Amino acid sequence: MSDQAIVEKLKAKFSSAVLDVVEHRGETTVTIEKERIVEVCTFMRDDLGYNFLCDLCGVDYLGKLTPRFMVVYNLYNITTKQRIRIKVPVAEENANVDTVSTVWGTANWHERECWDLMGISFNGHPDLRRILMPADWEGHPLRKDYPLQGPDREPYQGRLS
Amino acid sequence: MAFNTETMVINMGPQHPSTHGVLQLILELDGEVVQKATPHIGFLHRGTEKLSEYRTYHQIIPLTDRLDYLAPMSNNLGYVLAVEKLLGITDKIPERAKVIRVLMNELTRLKSHLVWMACHALDIGAMTVFLYCFREREDITDIYEKVSGARMTSNYFRVGGLSADLPDGLEKDIRDFAESMPGHIETYEGLLTGNRIWQKRTIGVGHISAEAAIDIGITGPSLRASGVDWDLRRDNPYSGYEDYDFEVPVFEEGDTFARYKARLDEMRQASLIVLQALDKLKPGPILADCPKVVLPPKQDVVETIEGLIHHFKIVTEGFSPEPGEVYQGVEAPKGELGFYLVSDGSPKPLRMKVRPPSFVNLQGLPQMVEGKFLADVVAVIGTLDIVLGEIDR
Repeated sequence: MSDQAIVEKLKAKFSSAVLDVVEHRGETTVTIEKERIVEVCTFMRDDLGYNFLCDLCGVDYLGKLTPRFMVVYNLYNITTKQRIRIKVPVAEENANVDTVSTVWGTANWHERECWDLMGISFNGHPDLRRILMPADWEGHPLRKDYPLQGPDREPYQGRLS
Repeated sequence: MAFNTETMVINMGPQHPSTHGVLQLILELDGEVVQKATPHIGFLHRGTEKLSEYRTYHQIIPLTDRLDYLAPMSNNLGYVLAVEKLLGITDKIPERAKVIRVLMNELTRLKSHLVWMACHALDIGAMTVFLYCFREREDITDIYEKVSGARMTSNYFRVGGLSADLPDGLEKDIRDFAESMPGHIETYEGLLTGNRIWQKRTIGVGHISAEAAIDIGITGPSLRASGVDWDLRRDNPYSGYEDYDFEVPVFEEGDTFARYKARLDEMRQASLIVLQALDKLKPGPILADCPKVVLPPKQDVVETIEGLIHHFKIVTEGFSPEPGEVYQGVEAPKGELGFYLVSDGSPKPLRMKVRPPSFVNLQGLPQMVEGKFLADVVAVIGTLDIVLGEIDR
């Protein structure tokens, strides 16, 4: 099944929730409403065969897009060897998404990492703790407004190209 | 008198020789049986993804060396392929560069698997294998040094090709090594496969089913040892892998012994691919002819004004891919290594996300050890083949 056919099926099932479809360099990205993410992921896994969640991450578009964040799901179909990407926009003042760790167990650590580094929380996550940073760390380092040198330090004045 | 029993919580790592780095495990034990295992990671977090947002696309390549430092060229390859895809120059890479990439990538697979086998066997108590494996690994680090100048942090591939051609006479060294490798693998097998202690420590230990492995996201040889026939080199070929003739070893058992056999067979296949790559190696350019994004050959920088200008522009300012996003997965020795790049049209990526195979594979550890003996934890850490450099990034 081509990516186009997959997108058509998604649109047929979740017409109002599909916000945008982009094709770039042969890869298809579907943006959907964040309220429907668990439904869409379950549908992708059970009906369209995308049984493998490769990766999940947050992207900070500070000053470039509103809402500010995107949570990105890279899916893979082990049977047909196809990839597809799902994105959900997440607003800064309400930075949370429903967890998909009920759909794929692997999402557990990915979502913890996204919470730790990007500050997006996941509703219903079984164990939402920091994973890479120390437990008592303040702030979320991968946010664009978090200084590269860390908090409370003079910005590095040397070459940083 | 009332008899009181309770579980005991012990701490393993981050300073423990068999955690292969700085992994910390909190183990809850009932006698010798593990009730609950909780991995704690992040001790080696260096902020690779944050740093990459402040560097041009070329400056990120050395950062990728330091992810899985036992297989640096696989990381280089995954990253440069992702950038090439983002630029849309994937089909402009010259044949010689593609062949050398495959050649070095398979040597890297051997290098990584040799360290896995050495440490895994050492953890379980087989000292000799460690010495033999590191002897062969030394040959590969020598090849690395001749090719890139560094034994571990190679920084060899470039967007659009390679940083330098192979030095004269190296092809013969590589061929001799690849031809000797099957014999060495026989030696390791002779020491381990039929060894009853080895079998007792590995057969049935750390079992995981195919469904559970897919759910938790395990990839690479660990997944193939659970009976899932999936290899990105064959199924989503990159860098010309579709032109090579190799088998993907798959085992059904899903235990530590199956993962051991899967990796051994992969080493045999890797040495065959190295030989095929050497046969394909023909003289030719090693950099794509895309002057706006690919560094010009050194000769042109010295002799032509255009070459000098392009070199200067790319080194000082970098290049700006058009806005968009790509994901590129490669079959690294440990599993699927993915790079997700987002460009906003500036010379630095808006976001680089690494999908490290070890990070995801480690997530399967608790369900593989819970309910098993404490001694099996060490065997399972070894069989998962984790590297904390890429787990913590």
